[in-house]
Amino acid sequence: MNGEEAIKPFLEMRGIVKQFPGVLALNRVDFDLRPGEVHVLLGENGAGKSTLIKILSGVHTADEGEILLDGRPVHIRTPHDAKALGISTIFQEFTLVPDMSVAENIFLGRFPSLPGAAGFVDWKRMREESAALLRSLNVEVDPRTPVRQLGVAKQQMVEIAKALSMQARIIVMDEPTAALASAEIEQLFRTIRELKARGVAVIYISHRLEEVRHIGDRATVLRDGEKIGTVPLATTSIDELIRMMVGRELKEKFPKVEVPRGEEILRVEHLSRPGVLHDISFNLFRGEILGIAGLVGAGRTELARAIFGADPISEGRVLVKGQPVQITSPRDAIRHGLALLPEDRKRHGLVLGMTVAGNITITMLDQFTRAGVMDLRKERSLAQQFVERIRIATPSLDREVRYLSGGNQQKVVVAKWVGAQADIFLFDEPTRGIDVGAKVEVYHLMNELVQKGAGVIMISSELPEILGMSDRILVMRAGRICGMFHRSEATPERILDAAISGEPVYACMEA
Amino acid sequence: MATVETESKKERRTLSLTRWVPWGRIGLPLVIVLMGVFFGAINPNFWTMTNLTNVARQVSILALISVGETFAILSAGIDLSVGSLLAIVSVICAQTMLEYGVAAGILAGILIGAVCGLINGLLIAKARIPPFIATLAMLVGARGAALTLSGGLPIAGLPKSFLTIGAGYILGIPIPAIIAAIVMLIGYFILSRTSFGRSVYAVGGNEEAAMLSGINVARVKILVYLLSGICAGIAGVVLTSRVISGQPTLGEVQELYAIAAVVIGGSKISGGYGGVGKTVLGVLVLGLLNNGLNLIRVSSYVQLIVIGVIIVLAVYVDLLRSRRS
Ligand SMILES: Nc1ncnc2c1ncn2[C@@H]1O[C@H](COP(=O)(O)OP(=O)(O)OP(=O)(O)O)[C@@H](O)[C@H]1O
Ligand SMILES: [Mg+2]
Repeated sequence: MNGEEAIKPFLEMRGIVKQFPGVLALNRVDFDLRPGEVHVLLGENGAGKSTLIKILSGVHTADEGEILLDGRPVHIRTPHDAKALGISTIFQEFTLVPDMSVAENIFLGRFPSLPGAAGFVDWKRMREESAALLRSLNVEVDPRTPVRQLGVAKQQMVEIAKALSMQARIIVMDEPTAALASAEIEQLFRTIRELKARGVAVIYISHRLEEVRHIGDRATVLRDGEKIGTVPLATTSIDELIRMMVGRELKEKFPKVEVPRGEEILRVEHLSRPGVLHDISFNLFRGEILGIAGLVGAGRTELARAIFGADPISEGRVLVKGQPVQITSPRDAIRHGLALLPEDRKRHGLVLGMTVAGNITITMLDQFTRAGVMDLRKERSLAQQFVERIRIATPSLDREVRYLSGGNQQKVVVAKWVGAQADIFLFDEPTRGIDVGAKVEVYHLMNELVQKGAGVIMISSELPEILGMSDRILVMRAGRICGMFHRSEATPERILDAAISGEPVYACMEA
Repeated sequence: MATVETESKKERRTLSLTRWVPWGRIGLPLVIVLMGVFFGAINPNFWTMTNLTNVARQVSILALISVGETFAILSAGIDLSVGSLLAIVSVICAQTMLEYGVAAGILAGILIGAVCGLINGLLIAKARIPPFIATLAMLVGARGAALTLSGGLPIAGLPKSFLTIGAGYILGIPIPAIIAAIVMLIGYFILSRTSFGRSVYAVGGNEEAAMLSGINVARVKILVYLLSGICAGIAGVVLTSRVISGQPTLGEVQELYAIAAVVIGGSKISGGYGGVGKTVLGVLVLGLLNNGLNLIRVSSYVQLIVIGVIIVLAVYVDLLRSRRS
């Protein structure tokens, strides 16, 4: 350890304090970064990780404290200052312009000019350089595609490409892998290792502790805005990291409860959507958690949306509790007892300007409304239950969700859907960005749902979670189902194999 | 490097008062009080009962249509038609009244407001025409209808008893002000206490999330514009009584003042945030400004400049505030 101490940090943050209304987000936090290292920031949702890096990248200014770069104090007041100092950031919440193309987004604010014609954009060069960048990341996207048309994973890769294109000395990544599946993550790690070799330092935030140990050199743990400590990752176990983060031991990471399988509750037959979904058939039983694994772009989100009536289908039919049903809108789906927890929380999951309570209860209005009039006290107690249950860190029920940390926003989305009166739950990446302790609480909530006789479909890019919680696992590839495994026969290798090169499987119906 | 354990649940410091005065809640009322002090100091008549009653009566029409406008703006839409609706309501109300009596006239007026609002709502929710365009069409079309039906002339000879609505008092308070207050209270109740009101915020805040949450977005939108139409209907009837005739030229540019009142009050023009309480303050600012400036003899031309400045200031101050947090 002492040997490492000798390496001089080139970035230091000292005594950083940041106060938001009702929340002391950071309390005298110190942080340092050495050339060529990957320094991981860990902490529960709302611990202050994003706030710290936002101060470094000029989005927020600290109330107290100083930042030293190469030993000299620097003032970072705007994102522009940060860029000028060679700090480039991939934020937790995307900062892409939806109606601009991928290439335009990558070069936003610094479009290359045509040689000898300042002010005229060199579109060709921009497209080519973007394409090269994307290729180096192994991302298949045409640089001319409007970002709006991309799913979250592709958007994430564009964010990464954008940060890389700036030739920075320090790259900050706030949960870059939350939206990615294993193949993309591997690619990202290769890129990070190349950066390290060039002496670029990376600040890396993630709730996936295995991956953190894989890529990181040191970790700094924050809890409730306080720095708990900085440790070398090579010699620190995951359990120890968890203990530092949550302040207690975590018994079981996947508290799976086996529930006897009930009657068939959902049956999907030959579902197709041109170019997206091809002849998909499977069924779901009461008491069952059906995991859906696959690489990004395999069509899992599209499948959930099609079943839920959010996207049209061209062929096939859906049966709920044995009855064929026509679902052409989310309202139809909800009427038939379906609930969809969407993958993209900002776009589909939340009303950002509404309060925590308002967002949680929007799917439960009927439960506390009589003759159109809401019983506000009942509403609050309902919301309060969820806030305590999955520990949503918020100063009050009346705080607008836009001010919550990313993981706490996700918890609001979970609460909102878990509380809905439904018996078929489609969860699309339900634990994205949620900390280890709260994840367990989300699994408990899922257990409760199936114990009450509901069926749960869980789409997830986190293999451990799929393996840990599912009774059956479907694997999707290119809009088809390419594998079905029972809990007992599923292994990471088999699932990955099916996700990468599996042949279509049509016999996913069980009796 | 050692792990430093802190006490498990360290209380987070709460905030010092001076830094986070709730300007959002007391800012605008403070402005209104200061306006009162200012105008009262220059012209003592400002604070007389007669003048204040006058203000109450003057602002009641604006207050009524602003309630409807609040719903439209909260739902991330806009209602440009309310000014013209005042005219068509006035003409229909007067014509019906001459034929079938006072009660029928009042009913017909409110009904035509509701029908026009419903048409707006259907165009927006079902035909998916953007609110700006749909209500712009209504703004032009309703004015045209009012002029056509009346031949462009005022409709006079309404019964004396109809005068009461616009000119009468209950317990010394002008009846238009009472009507406006009731409608505002109802609007406040709907937005803060009913599930429909909650849905308006959700639709205005994030339509797609609202739809995926199972809210009947089309129904919410139709109801929003229907309500706005009804508000314009009530306002139109009151206004007709005030001028005791049907007037096809009533209400020009009133929609813009209604929008201004909503925005000055602090609701977001992009929807999802605000409420009738805020709009009341916005209406009061505009009303007191108009009255006070008249009292201190500022020409009505200059007043327009002042209002323009106030609108920008109000929104700018709001922006500064939200940027700080
Ligand atoms: N703009 C803001 N206004 C008010 N409060 C904020 C704001 N941004 C963050 N906070 C609060 O500060 C605290 C720290 O938030 P931060 O986003 O840094 O958490 P985090 O560690 O990144 O959590 P997560 O893992 O969920 O992303 C939270 O309680 C959050 O509610
Ligand atoms: Mg964060």
